[in-house]
Amino acid sequence: MRALLLALAFVASAPALADSLMPAAEYANKQLPDARQEAQARALMDTIRCLVCQGQAIGDSDAEMAGDMRALIRTRIQAGESPEQIRAWLVSRYGNWVTYDPPLDAMTWPLWAAPLLLVLFGLWLVRGRFKRRRKG
Amino acid sequence: MKRGFIIWVPLALFVGFAIIFAIGLYAPVARTVPSALIGQSVPEFELAGALPGRPGLSSGSLRRGEPRVVNIFASWCIPCRAEAPQLEELARRGVPIDGIAVRDRPQDLAAFLTTYGDPFATIGADNDRRVQLDLGSAGVPETFVIDGQGIIRHQHIGAITSADVPAILAAWEAAR
Repeated sequence: MRALLLALAFVASAPALADSLMPAAEYANKQLPDARQEAQARALMDTIRCLVCQGQAIGDSDAEMAGDMRALIRTRIQAGESPEQIRAWLVSRYGNWVTYDPPLDAMTWPLWAAPLLLVLFGLWLVRGRFKRRRKG
Repeated sequence: MKRGFIIWVPLALFVGFAIIFAIGLYAPVARTVPSALIGQSVPEFELAGALPGRPGLSSGSLRRGEPRVVNIFASWCIPCRAEAPQLEELARRGVPIDGIAVRDRPQDLAAFLTTYGDPFATIGADNDRRVQLDLGSAGVPETFVIDGQGIIRHQHIGAITSADVPAILAAWEAAR
């Protein structure tokens, strides 16, 4: 039984990862010489989703493709592009799925609206309470 | 009277959230990320030939009036071996196929083509994955059907099985 479960676990977790035989891109794991640019690149990497291990940001992922994406971000930041321009470029290729910092649109506005609505609802409840107090 | 109903509202809300949460947790992970460029023009790119003496691939050559199939592949990609016969089949049916070899060394690529067949009119070398990212492709193999004006009409994610061949043929026919 245990052996079977173990075997199943291995089958279920067989990674669809294959790496090429080429070395990693230069800026996959090397910081930019300019510390301010590196900080910008780093901040962007932590909000871009890895296409291979889909629960990770490319800043954390060991997938080769994530390394290529980190290299792309670093070289573009170095060339003077803003992080938001690069994010927009990636979103135009992969959709909002690729960013952990979703834009405000028809799909996502409830995320921002819900807390406000809940606070308003709470105030309305409290108002009712205070009214009742005064009566009594 | 009204109070008796209101007292259940928080519990009902909690149960509702718990159900939504459970559905989200148990739903299968989205494994395929389609390109956001379907229906749009191929981005400008230019790739050198992946093999000495063979032509590369550029976006310009995808706007010459005939629909083409672009296959993103690599010799180190195992599913790419499985789809090789289906690509041969498409080529036999008269579909022009261009390859984009992702991070592939010439010697490995040459060995791959010798072993698994070579249906490619051109093969561009995408050594830093820039063009794959530019096309919104999330892995290998992936296959795009591109019409004569360079508009991406269809994307197939993963290896092409024999069951997928008709759909790709149909997409290519529709792009004519």
